[in-house]
Amino acid sequence: MSLLQSTQLRAEPTAAAARRAFIRAWPELQNPAAWLVALILVIMPVIANGFFLIEIFGTTLILGIIALSLMFLAGYGGMVSLMQLTIAGFAGYMVAVFGMSGNANISLGWPWWLATPMALALATLFGTLGGALAVRTEGIYTIMITLAIGAAFYYFTNQNWAIFNGHTGINTVATPNFWGVDWRADIAFYYVTLGVAATCYFAVQYVSRAPFGLALQGVRDNPRRMAALGFNTNAHRIAAYAFAAFIAALGGVLQVWNYRQISPGSVSVGACIDVLIIAVVGGITRPVGPFIGAFIFVLLRTFAIDLLVKFGLDGNRFRLLIGLGFLAIVFWSSDGVIGLWDQWRRSGKAATTRSGGGRHG
Amino acid sequence: MTKFIERHPAWALIGIIAIAVLLWLVFAIWPPGLEAAIGRKRVFLNAVFNGITLGGLYFLVASGFTLIFGLMRNVNLAHGSLYLFGGYIGYAVSTWTGSWILSFIAAFIGVALLGVVLQLAVFRRMEGQDLRQTMVTIGLSIVFADLMLWVFGGDFYQVQTPAWLIGPIQLPLLTAVKSSGEPVYLQYPLVRLVIFVASVVIGIAMWLALNRTRIGMIVRAGVDDRDILAATGVRIQLVFVLVFALGAGLAGIAGVVGGTFQSLSPGEDTRFLLASLVVVIVGGMGSIPGAALGAVIIGLAEQLGSVYIPTYAIVVTFLIMVLVLAVRPQGLLARR
Repeated sequence: MSLLQSTQLRAEPTAAAARRAFIRAWPELQNPAAWLVALILVIMPVIANGFFLIEIFGTTLILGIIALSLMFLAGYGGMVSLMQLTIAGFAGYMVAVFGMSGNANISLGWPWWLATPMALALATLFGTLGGALAVRTEGIYTIMITLAIGAAFYYFTNQNWAIFNGHTGINTVATPNFWGVDWRADIAFYYVTLGVAATCYFAVQYVSRAPFGLALQGVRDNPRRMAALGFNTNAHRIAAYAFAAFIAALGGVLQVWNYRQISPGSVSVGACIDVLIIAVVGGITRPVGPFIGAFIFVLLRTFAIDLLVKFGLDGNRFRLLIGLGFLAIVFWSSDGVIGLWDQWRRSGKAATTRSGGGRHG
Repeated sequence: MTKFIERHPAWALIGIIAIAVLLWLVFAIWPPGLEAAIGRKRVFLNAVFNGITLGGLYFLVASGFTLIFGLMRNVNLAHGSLYLFGGYIGYAVSTWTGSWILSFIAAFIGVALLGVVLQLAVFRRMEGQDLRQTMVTIGLSIVFADLMLWVFGGDFYQVQTPAWLIGPIQLPLLTAVKSSGEPVYLQYPLVRLVIFVASVVIGIAMWLALNRTRIGMIVRAGVDDRDILAATGVRIQLVFVLVFALGAGLAGIAGVVGGTFQSLSPGEDTRFLLASLVVVIVGGMGSIPGAALGAVIIGLAEQLGSVYIPTYAIVVTFLIMVLVLAVRPQGLLARR
């Protein structure tokens, strides 16, 4: 339906129609709150010091990017993939293996501008192959297969010393340094992360409204009908995996630059599940959800220990808090924090319209 | 069986040759050339036995998982936590009372009760919402893992093997012939064999219960079509609770077994969750014989892999899964 509308709009040559189409394609640009958030994010280095800038906001953006790839698959493709962090970790490992690091016997010592595209390409390939495997079965099985892939990768990195250097991982990974700027310095790195996150966000937003994204949503809602209409449903799903894998790989590259090291702990099953938690807590129907979820997650991870100790509880029970929070969200909201927000706003709106004229219904 | 041979003569031939080679490897005395190429026969036989007995353990975990999945379409990702919980209960009871057998009973009952509570309090409220149930099981697994870490700490525990099962026994399998002409037989830990036999007995009992009793008939009907079964007047909620309790209880028993042969520590829950996922994917989701076949295949692959290609052992397991998904996505023994 919306596919038809957008093609009709594109057929109209007038400037007004083009403008309307533009507004429809990018509704964020009409939303003052979005502009405010963007402004705050851009001037963040003025407000926050190094710790907050990288440990809170940088990490939030990186985790948000990885969770965004899951949101794309789950929200638009209906495929809950638990291997997105594995793809990100694979990209990180590839950066460490092809680029320069403290483990000279493993790293090939390529310059970053060669190692990074290689890592992105290999990780995308890895994600696409994993996706091709996962689409062979349907629905709920996807979770099982992708979890098995993620767990197998974790155990493999632990066992393999030739490429992944076993459970010690690869340390002091080199970060890019050119044009006289150390791109891992706090402020420069923050802007790199912000730029990548914004690009990914708008890319997902754009793809979701492009014909491919609409077809993907059709495949999610009714694969049989889409197949009958002549769409190759599996090809659409695999393409979605490829796109999501690329986004996750970008997040993984940023993550390895951030920590300058990577080890099996970074791709553990718990971390894979954390990405799912982030996406679900934030909400998987809109691309902004994963970033909200990541922000909450990072805040909890950083401050829950102090908070728990302050209340006289054991600070080590942070994961219990995360787990209970996740359960609460899954129980009470169908769509994470965004869902709660929408519900709250709708109830507020309903109350005002009822008091105003009672036209609600 | 004959139907399979008629339909796929080439595959059947390959299978028969593989079984024959395996039997020859197990029973024959290896010629010196073979020993030089792949190592000593004792190592190989030990790996095979470890693989099969590990398969028995995997079967105990995965059969509960597959049963719950088959009937309720609930991918219980907290199954690993149930396993570890059972193991800890077994450890606590066996150190407290000193009885190994009692620890099994306690673990079964304790974890089965937890399963009943979960089914009644949580999963019943979100019937038919597969994805949401799965999410809830993920949340539960995080909460359980942290609670168990809280109570038991990060230490390794091992359930004490009873005195009458300690020590190896001699099996009538030749591993080598000494230069004096004296045969050397395989020594193997008795406890692992006993546990393997017990898991086979449990497997057969489950098969009989599913195929020869009324309640088994109801469960099988539920696996095929839950809605029609409910429409015929069966109290399906009761069946769900029973099956969940049985599946959880089996995971609990498996925890005690795992605590006896290996050890219990945080992280084992994920390991056994992965094992049951792979076993169930390979064997066919919702199928008990599939779980048995998958468990033996994965157990053997893991043990033989870790002996002969140590750094790539997990890849072998994974490749088996990939191969099965590529050739027969529904699993080896699934009907649909």
